[in-house]
Amino acid sequence: MNQPGQLAARGAAALEQAFIRRRERGGKCLVTYIMAGDPDLGTTGKIIQGLSSVDVDVIELGLPFSDPMADGPVIQAAGQRSLRQGTSLSKTLKLVEEIRLTIDTPIVFMTYYNLFYRYGMERFAEDAARAGVDGVIVPDLPLEEADEFNALLEKHGLAYIYLIAPTSTNARIQSIADKARGFIYYVSRTGVTGEQKSIAEDLAENVERIHSITDKPVAVGFGISSPEQASQIASHADGVVIGSAIVRLIGETAELHERVTARFVKPYIEALHSNG
Amino acid sequence: MAVTPPAALAPALPDSQGRFGVYGGRFIPETLMPAVDELEKAMDEALADDSFRAEVDAYLKDYVGRPTSLYFAERMTQDLGGAKIYFKREDLAHTGAHKINNTIGQALLARRMGKKRVIAETGAGQHGVATATACALLGLECIVYMGEEDTERQKLNVYRMKLMGAKVVPVTSGTRTLKDAMNEAIRDWVTNVRTTHYIIGTVSGPHPFPKMVREFQSVIGRESRIQMMDREGRLPGVCVACVGGGSNSMGLFNGFIQDENVRLIGVEAAGKGVETNEHCASLTKGEPGVLHGALTYLIQDRDGQIAPVHSISAGLDYPGVGPEHCYLKDTGRAEYVSITDDEALDSFTYMSRMEGIIPALETAHAVAHVRKIAPDMSPDQIILVCLSGRGDKDVEAAARYLKEVFE
Repeated sequence: MNQPGQLAARGAAALEQAFIRRRERGGKCLVTYIMAGDPDLGTTGKIIQGLSSVDVDVIELGLPFSDPMADGPVIQAAGQRSLRQGTSLSKTLKLVEEIRLTIDTPIVFMTYYNLFYRYGMERFAEDAARAGVDGVIVPDLPLEEADEFNALLEKHGLAYIYLIAPTSTNARIQSIADKARGFIYYVSRTGVTGEQKSIAEDLAENVERIHSITDKPVAVGFGISSPEQASQIASHADGVVIGSAIVRLIGETAELHERVTARFVKPYIEALHSNG
Repeated sequence: MAVTPPAALAPALPDSQGRFGVYGGRFIPETLMPAVDELEKAMDEALADDSFRAEVDAYLKDYVGRPTSLYFAERMTQDLGGAKIYFKREDLAHTGAHKINNTIGQALLARRMGKKRVIAETGAGQHGVATATACALLGLECIVYMGEEDTERQKLNVYRMKLMGAKVVPVTSGTRTLKDAMNEAIRDWVTNVRTTHYIIGTVSGPHPFPKMVREFQSVIGRESRIQMMDREGRLPGVCVACVGGGSNSMGLFNGFIQDENVRLIGVEAAGKGVETNEHCASLTKGEPGVLHGALTYLIQDRDGQIAPVHSISAGLDYPGVGPEHCYLKDTGRAEYVSITDDEALDSFTYMSRMEGIIPALETAHAVAHVRKIAPDMSPDQIILVCLSGRGDKDVEAAARYLKEVFE
């Protein structure tokens, strides 16, 4: 269990340490995605506590956007529920600030660029660093467009987490690896977020391709829906991201969300943390 | 008539990053980046290839029926009592709107790139019909995403697309209109990017789409310029066109953009009024932001969430606008005004009675603005209007609306 002070650093350094520590302990990282404000921000806080208590390595906090072009139906629906609750970037920053009093697990924000652009990139970098956010993932801000935001985040110690896709060329992977801090997010297949029955055929080959170019940690996300799949992917990658499966559960369950999500991720923890 | 542009007149923008000033760019998932790189390269090669240009020109001539005519609207001119009014008759192009200029070009490019599957988004259905048409012509598979609300507003066009072998997918997410159709098309593209070309219907989206669509639509401005010189021996004082995403206006403006004395006016949809929350006048009331791959003026709230928009015209019902229009607005080269639903409907009937031409509701916005400015101009001045599409598709919706007004 992560206690305050256990990871001294924040930002990109906290993310990098999380991957190093897990590797040293002979395991792979579990990254869990949840939608902030689904069903409400108070519950999101409790879910984060619950995930932290079962030793999830990184928490990805999705922020709702009206037009989520990289997301499948499950996360789209969660975003709509969250927007109806009035969730915003500033409210979510406040939540993280409160949570940081009790938990140390690295937190990254994942949402679309317009929310940051509108909030002001520099203002966000400052406020996010103060609140204790460690990095951001922006699915619609690729390498060519990310320099300004990356530099502002770096100035405040935060990681801009780049995505690599199955279609990325080696030249692009090299350019991304040169700029990457924290970890690299490999999108497991061409498509949008959502659970899939099978793993993409070229996944192992592509993760190996990234590893041959850089020694920065690689977490694999998009479409992973069982501990077995997670375990299989972890034999190639440094971490696995679970998203839609948890978000679907939160949307469907009437039980206490923090209890049900913590219970849900346990088999993934078992599959990954012993997967050297 | 030569359709290919002289290289010397090719505009310098966008820059190598796809920017028109600060606007434009490529704000898309990494998965799509290699595809837009490939597309940009293929587009540049094709546009520099005389045989490709000849192929496009041949289809535009024999299949689309270009050049479309330049028509002097004598009765309207007399009635308004001011400037001489000319219409560039894009409504006479095959399928009844300017959209075909772009879809023929892009479908030929898709075929040249070896892509056998084509997707498109559509609002009013005119771009969907034009895409279905080009795909039928070239034997390409065609899937069109259309907001569920628009499939109801534009039933005729849904049937036309199906008739030509396209699959029409009603989009039920979000506001069930054009922007949601575009979200869904992008989701399809990101999934099937290796086999699929996405024919975006307007001068919007990630680079190189704003440039590519402008190149294919600029035939409107090139022809108009030549026809105007032939007819009047001089250029128009004012060019007017409606702006949703802005492809017919960009096509027209591009022919006159270097003529500093020609005023360029884009007409947006003010819906129930720009002072209400029910309009889609992005340039008039929006603020810069990023949607669907480009930095552009958007109708959005304080947090950056895209706001619901409204127009009686499904083709203008979109919260963004092409990035080059943002640049033309900021630099002052073009002016942008807006017209309400009621004003557009009034001009829909006015144009029908005055000239025997039923304009598309989109086009009726441009006509409405001409009625405002023509009377104050002198008879030796010329207004050139892009008659972007015919209004057959809107007759049912307009009749329903007008009945409420008249009863």
